[in-house]
Amino acid sequence: MNLTLKVWRQKNSQEKGQLETYQVKNISTDSSFLEMMDILNEQLVNEGKEPVAFDHDCREGICGMCSLFINGEAHGPGEEITTCQLHMREFKDGETIHIEPWRAKAFPVIKDLVVDRGAFDRIMSAGGFISVNTSGNTQDANAIPVPKEDADMAMDAATCIGCGACVATCKNASAMLFVSAKVSQFALLPQGKVEAAERAQNMVSQMDEEGFGNCTNTGACEVECPKGISIENIARMNREYLSSSFK
Amino acid sequence: MGWTKQFFNSSIGKKFAMALSALFLLIFLLQHFAINVTSVFSEATFNGISHFMGTNPLIQFVIQPILLFGIVFHFVMGFVLEFKNKNSREVNYAMNKGSANSSWMSRNMIYSGLVILLFMGVHFYDFWIPELTFKYVEINPSDPNRYHHELLEKFHDPIRVGIYCLAFILLALHLLHGFQSSFQSMGVNHRKYTPTIRKLGNAYAILIPFGFIFIALFHYINSL
Ligand code: SF4
Ligand code: FES
Repeated sequence: MNLTLKVWRQKNSQEKGQLETYQVKNISTDSSFLEMMDILNEQLVNEGKEPVAFDHDCREGICGMCSLFINGEAHGPGEEITTCQLHMREFKDGETIHIEPWRAKAFPVIKDLVVDRGAFDRIMSAGGFISVNTSGNTQDANAIPVPKEDADMAMDAATCIGCGACVATCKNASAMLFVSAKVSQFALLPQGKVEAAERAQNMVSQMDEEGFGNCTNTGACEVECPKGISIENIARMNREYLSSSFK
Repeated sequence: MGWTKQFFNSSIGKKFAMALSALFLLIFLLQHFAINVTSVFSEATFNGISHFMGTNPLIQFVIQPILLFGIVFHFVMGFVLEFKNKNSREVNYAMNKGSANSSWMSRNMIYSGLVILLFMGVHFYDFWIPELTFKYVEINPSDPNRYHHELLEKFHDPIRVGIYCLAFILLALHLLHGFQSSFQSMGVNHRKYTPTIRKLGNAYAILIPFGFIFIALFHYINSL
């Protein structure tokens, strides 16, 4: 298939960027979206031009690095997939595809399609952990009984890969789906309950400091999330935050 | 910093306050509707309740200021949040398919809200200001039978009735998202009862605004 690509090009975080138009030819419908980007880059290198910078690592939907806003949707068309799991069969021959970076004040563009998601790391450092000593004296996991339903919900929340698609897709650039997944994953388990109040306070205040917008419950995040994280988690975080404020 | 200040300065605290004022306004709207609907079938009942509401000191000097505060707060907070949210994305997408993942209502609360704000201006000009002038400026003697015919007078004008109908359609759209959203903001979301809240919200969002439209049209048609 032959395609027209409109790709966001930006030299660095200081300079203003713009959309550039490129043509790619003979792309197999079986190739992945990122393979198509590799072909474009080869082409650009052969022409003596600067290749397009984009984030990727595992290319199998587990690391959360890939992050493209394709044709107006985070991770492109398709449900519960990351950009690296998107295939060219989703597109039509002759189609024009818009490729943009995640857009949020808290995720500044570093170069082209690569954004700085350090804000997520700082939120995690603020409370996304359990402070237990695990050096050589770890307890048997089955020693503390956990209700099946809680274990399932915690597991679902823990599948968040920190990609940032929720922020990218939210009209308010809110990070509440991500933060609530992390808050929930711990708050649901006995090991995490000990520090739950402190965690909710610290993670939310770090989130606010980073300049993310405020959630207005549009629900766009859960639709675009590659791991299908539910906004039930946001409601849980609201409860956790509310109750921790009284403590 | 005290915990209340910290709470209401946080993103979640603001969401909570927004939801709380929304729920308060939902209850107010329901009672407003319950009173107005009596104007359709009983002039005496409508006059009776209106007179009570207009002269009871508890309602006039305690509940009414709280209500005004609730209304102003909901609007001001709505603008503050919209401004902050707009600022959280400095460069917009060249292509953004909002409809692929969210409802029109949820993405346009600020616009439906603005129409409702304009309507409130008209509504205050129509009823509230004349009412206050009548009672507290001109200090007229109280007349328990004036309310029903004052109401009918307003609904002679087709333009005003048109504005009322349009505003209530926008209110319906606002509530279709707002009702269940306020529960979510307060942390009320559970597989067991959220579907019921949604159904209840949809019913409220349709029945109440269209009920108000019915009342306006009823009086207008009767005036022809
Ligand atoms: S909640 Fe979903 S969209 Fe957001 S960071 Fe986690 S995996 Fe990505
Ligand atoms: S590259 Fe790892 S999830 Fe896409």
